[in-house]
Amino acid sequence: MDVSRFITIMVSMVFINNFILSKFLGLCSFIGVSKETKPAVSMGLAVTFVTTASSIITWLIYRYLLIPFNITYLRTISFILVIASFVQLVEMIIRKSAPALYRAFGIYLPLITVNCAVLGVAVLNSQEFFVNSRPVAGGLLMAAAQGFFAGAGYLLAMLLMSGIRERLELLDVPKSLKDVPLAFIVASLMSLAFMGFSGFKF
Amino acid sequence: MGEAQEIWGEMRRLFKEFTKGITVENPTFSLVLGLCPTLAVSTSVINAIGMGLAATFVLLGSNIIISLVRKLIPSQIRIPCFVVIIATFVTIVELLMKAYFPALNAALGIFVPLIVVNCIVLGRAEAFACKRPVVDSIFDGLGMGLGFTLALCVIAGIREVLGSGDFLGFGVLKGFEPITMMRLAPGALLTMGLLIGLVNFWHLKRKTGKEIKKAGCDGCK
Repeated sequence: MDVSRFITIMVSMVFINNFILSKFLGLCSFIGVSKETKPAVSMGLAVTFVTTASSIITWLIYRYLLIPFNITYLRTISFILVIASFVQLVEMIIRKSAPALYRAFGIYLPLITVNCAVLGVAVLNSQEFFVNSRPVAGGLLMAAAQGFFAGAGYLLAMLLMSGIRERLELLDVPKSLKDVPLAFIVASLMSLAFMGFSGFKF
Repeated sequence: MGEAQEIWGEMRRLFKEFTKGITVENPTFSLVLGLCPTLAVSTSVINAIGMGLAATFVLLGSNIIISLVRKLIPSQIRIPCFVVIIATFVTIVELLMKAYFPALNAALGIFVPLIVVNCIVLGRAEAFACKRPVVDSIFDGLGMGLGFTLALCVIAGIREVLGSGDFLGFGVLKGFEPITMMRLAPGALLTMGLLIGLVNFWHLKRKTGKEIKKAGCDGCK
């Protein structure tokens, strides 16, 4: 197993190809839930957990179900169903076993089903870690890493954005730009800053 | 006479269902739904039209089917049912696009399968198609789809002209240094923010024209 490959995935997913700021995945929740820091962090943690777990599950399904039966065209349907039922399952387990945790991020879990970041990372995994329908070496681990770091990048962007928006609440801004439009403009400047990372080479 | 009036009224109602998606309830500018594909594929007008038409097809198909089976689906499991129906249409679009428009498919990339999680489609299924008859749902789907396409084209038009000096692939701005940033992620977010701001500005202006402007602290809220 190649350690440098993991570091590449990490830096690329968190900074260079940040899911929100350069790939536009998960923007709806990014604009919707980033008004305050606490819910934003809960949402970020929930997304990280779901992307990691669903990366592993969808990789296994793609490898052991879709490819052997030659039904890869069912990728979209099967992935979204698996993700939706997985999220539902996790929600039920958390509600029963850890009520405190459920209050922290349980309410954000159903939202995650339709978060494009989760399906996006699953689809990316199925494109990147399979060459001519054959899994590349260590593909499962790399898929898990890609899922985890995609979630971590989401969390980072969420944290930064909610911090900025909490301050913006106190300022006197033009009425028509208040809230959502200003959030977009801030995101634009953040993404400009994140473009500075794209010079990194490994 | 009464019958003709009834038909006329029905047609006007359907026309209203159709136009509301383009104007008042525009999914992108008024409801702020389905942002990810909007921003990601709006680098050129061609991509925007392709994405918009693909989403319109999915919206139309899923609205029709969901409206047809709306009385058969138990309400507890309606969301998974909707998702399966939507995913079916997305798969159809994916396969058709791969077969007939491979270049467009390559340009749109993973955003074609991601139409499944586009909030507009699921939103219309949940808010409209599962409660209304088929004909209404067809017009609603068409209107919303075209509203989405139009919004995409506006954003893509601005970004393409400023970002590469082209429109639909033809050079329109001569002697103008293209702003590369507009083609990349920051440009998309900036355009979107300013456009929503503009729409808000119009709404506010129309409102303040009608009612007396509140003074003091209330005015700033």
